[in-house]
Amino acid sequence: MDALYELITGSDLGFWWKQLLLAVLIGAVGVIVFSVALVYAALMTYLERRVSGRVQSRVGPNRVGPLGLLQWLADGAKMILKEDVIPAAADRPLFRLAPYPVVIGVFAAFASVPFGEWLIAADLNVGLLYLLAITSLVVVGILMAGWASNNKWSLFGGIRSAAQIVSYEVPTALAILVVVLMAGSLSTQDIIREQGGWPWDWYVFRQPFAFAAFFLYFTAALAEGNRTPFDLPEAESELVAGYNTEYSGMRFGGFYLGEFGNVYLMCAIATLVFFGGWQIPGVSPAEHHGSWLWQIVGFGLFFVKAWAASFVVVWLRWTLPRLRVDQLMSLCYRYLVPLSFVCLLGTAVLMMLVPAGSLFDSLLRFGTFGFGLLVAAIFFWRVLWHIRHVGDRIDLKILARGVRGRFDPAIQHRAYGAFRKQQKQPEESR
Amino acid sequence: MAFGLATAFGFVLVSGGMLLALLVIGRFVRIRRPVESKLSTYECGEKPFGSAWFNFNNRFYVIALVFVIFDVEVALVVPVAVVFRRLVESGVAWLAFAEMFFFLAVLLVALAYVWARGDLSWIRALTAGECREVEVGAPEGAP
Repeated sequence: MDALYELITGSDLGFWWKQLLLAVLIGAVGVIVFSVALVYAALMTYLERRVSGRVQSRVGPNRVGPLGLLQWLADGAKMILKEDVIPAAADRPLFRLAPYPVVIGVFAAFASVPFGEWLIAADLNVGLLYLLAITSLVVVGILMAGWASNNKWSLFGGIRSAAQIVSYEVPTALAILVVVLMAGSLSTQDIIREQGGWPWDWYVFRQPFAFAAFFLYFTAALAEGNRTPFDLPEAESELVAGYNTEYSGMRFGGFYLGEFGNVYLMCAIATLVFFGGWQIPGVSPAEHHGSWLWQIVGFGLFFVKAWAASFVVVWLRWTLPRLRVDQLMSLCYRYLVPLSFVCLLGTAVLMMLVPAGSLFDSLLRFGTFGFGLLVAAIFFWRVLWHIRHVGDRIDLKILARGVRGRFDPAIQHRAYGAFRKQQKQPEESR
Repeated sequence: MAFGLATAFGFVLVSGGMLLALLVIGRFVRIRRPVESKLSTYECGEKPFGSAWFNFNNRFYVIALVFVIFDVEVALVVPVAVVFRRLVESGVAWLAFAEMFFFLAVLLVALAYVWARGDLSWIRALTAGECREVEVGAPEGAP
């Protein structure tokens, strides 16, 4: 992007020609990034459905394309072809307008989210502030949708959602500020450059407060994206579908894409702020900058990290039950906000007391890294323990064996056969 | 920098325009068969009961006000956070830290006040000043 900008401004064209070319450049990049973001949001829906299927011991979409990978195209076509019903009692202009702020709030944020070292539309020096600011547009759209529908479920959903998103913005911003404090910059690319490729160079493991800030950020971001366990605005068992109850067709599609785009966005921000973004272990940013190979590897790393985080988000959806609405608000103001203040001030104190590069600094870094490893090890040990103790669920047991050995459909198929056979046998012969 | 902001603004226009384009394309291909019952407001299959535009008991109204203060506060801490590292390197960080600390402390006191007042609870006991005195006479026929 910068190179193209230099090329155009450095050329000997007239002033207005340059402006026109720049506008065309912005438009073209916008359309490309929007399409990529749209595909990412659509793939997010695919991931969600496949992982949900696996978690619930079913298959999930597998008919359209190999492994159901083209399901999102079919869904998109369906949404465009469906009737756009606007209830007679609704406020029509507001109802029609409501999806726009949601889509703009999510997809305009992609301007400042990097995909790789070269692949960023606009490396703003206020990048993170821009991300925080533009994503809060979503609230406006949700409130508009909730009010305009003239439906009680929509109204409840919209108001709950507004209260929730607005409240959780405070801990999200404060947790990100912890890293801004350490990096001394708001630019997304600068924050990534300040980190390193190795896990102990990432900001999560720099010091204990940053480690805590990551969890604060992730919790608050889940709530901001209306994801389970904080999906009260769309709690289907009490509010039908929340603010988008009355929406259908492509207008519903706008909310849907906005929501799933937001999940990727939140994971991408977590990746770039806490997990080293596109940094490759052992390759300095200077080496990274000039080489095509490293660019591709960096893109791949960012992709893998962001999608791994998205996987965790989907996983959490089927693991944790939904909170009550009063628990939700007290969680935010009684725990997350004071804790993020502690993290912010603690980081400032540590930065003043512990000079960068000193012995104590490395001790803190490797201590936090070790602690992180310990937490992960205990976590996986517990998961395996639970899988070993599921009793009759042979399919899960074989899956656990497959994690260690090879993971192929044939094993699962045979496991399913064994499972069915066991189901058919009478109780006493087992 | 100006170009970066222009790009961001361009993205706002493009993402709005793309949604508009999808909706306009849809206009030509989608069916449109409005029926009275289809256009009625959804209320779980019952006939809709009145409008949804009524006064709503918004429990966390005070919290919305608290949020405004906190968000302004975050916006004001951002510049300090950005320059803090440079200040640490030049050795005058304690001044910035003291300022930031007092600024945040005032806000934490505000949070504590709201907390103690009970505005963070779903059910809140009204204080004497907030209660309306209700004359409760002795039931008729009581001794």
